[in-house]
Amino acid sequence: MSEHRPILYCRCAYAKVLPEDVKDLVLERLIDSNVPFESVSDLCEMSARKDPGLVPLSQQAGLRIVACYPRAVKWLFSAAGAAIQTESGQSESGPSKSGESESRKSDAKEPVYIEVLNMRTDTADSVCAKLGIGTKDTAEGAQSQATGVSP
Amino acid sequence: MIATNRERPRVLLYEGAGAEPIDAALRRSIVPKLLDRGYTVTRITQNANLGNLGHNELIILGRFTRPGDFQSAQGDLKIHTRDVRDESLESLIEYIDSIADGVSEARPHWKPWFPVIDYDRCTNCMQCLSFCLFDVYGVNQANQITVQNQTNCKTDCPACSRVCPEVAILFPKYKAGPINGDEVNQDDVRREAMKVDISALLGGDIYSMLKDRSEKAKSRFSKERDDDRALKERQRCLDKLKTNIDGLDIPAEVLSSLPSFDQIQSKAQAAKQRAEQALAGQAQASQAQAGQAQVEVSPKPATS
Repeated sequence: MSEHRPILYCRCAYAKVLPEDVKDLVLERLIDSNVPFESVSDLCEMSARKDPGLVPLSQQAGLRIVACYPRAVKWLFSAAGAAIQTESGQSESGPSKSGESESRKSDAKEPVYIEVLNMRTDTADSVCAKLGIGTKDTAEGAQSQATGVSP
Repeated sequence: MIATNRERPRVLLYEGAGAEPIDAALRRSIVPKLLDRGYTVTRITQNANLGNLGHNELIILGRFTRPGDFQSAQGDLKIHTRDVRDESLESLIEYIDSIADGVSEARPHWKPWFPVIDYDRCTNCMQCLSFCLFDVYGVNQANQITVQNQTNCKTDCPACSRVCPEVAILFPKYKAGPINGDEVNQDDVRREAMKVDISALLGGDIYSMLKDRSEKAKSRFSKERDDDRALKERQRCLDKLKTNIDGLDIPAEVLSSLPSFDQIQSKAQAAKQRAEQALAGQAQASQAQAGQAQVEVSPKPATS
């Protein structure tokens, strides 16, 4: 399953919060592997400016986000209007105008579960093992949300 | 609110059909470099669809084996292609920056430091709104607390998270848990609860303490007009305040840049008023809802 799931890597470029060796090694192994991935410079910054790009990312089924603490990532997405659900089944969302949480409102929708890998606490080996990279190339992988860029 | 940077191009490392793999050394050097400069970088290794992240321009880098005539279903997306075969890292960065047209340089050097609310824990008590003097918090139409002005937040100051009785305020770039987003355990809740009552801790609230200090200092300034002494007094007060509120972890720069006494008073008053209004509005809405429910379930009165 892991080979087919999209990956989003956060560089946390605007603060020295992630251990440099971990974030560098994970990125290097991602690059050296044959998996497609998405990478952003800083999820916090994207959340602060409510980057609309977080919405399609949050809707990618099976997305694995390589960043920091899952609770932080969940609420960063939520703050940008891109509510996500984690694989543990916890839902998260910000307040809506009606005061009803998005998760409650979207009960009828198919939940999109997202896994968050924590580079603040985990080793690069552990993160890469969860991503299925570092030991062998995983050529499979696909993105969704087509704009259909192709030659 | 920060201006959006949709103008910043997204960079795609293309290694799909019609292209050979990009040199590993170039891949390794260009990706972190671009990320550190604020770009979004995508890598595609096969015929896959590219997610639309809302960018206006896309730069496709690759070692193309046939003319790279890329098309997008996203009508307004401007596509630039560049064969990287004989390019150096520097020339590529220069090329990408030239398309960004100075966006990299124009990017504000702002450490994204702002509170993020964990709504699974937040009870909408409005303590954060009442506490913050910098208008970071606000309420939405449903009278729920929200973070409205992220850039007003004082970098590295996690003070509002310390006054939150539910440990519901995160600063993802903070050094320690649970404020950094680490899971909250019962010890954290107990510890934070002890810190919540700043009034008890300081023998008055934090602003009263500042006010007292400020008044004493003001009086001394007017009597003695001794700048050195005033400065020393201010420093002494701040040191004492820092010691008293050890654990709040408020940077000295924040304490020393607090607004004047009068401004603090009026801001605190305004914030308190907003919090009270929001809570009153919420209580009213709950009452109205309860009333409605009662009407809906009440039996039809008997007719005589």
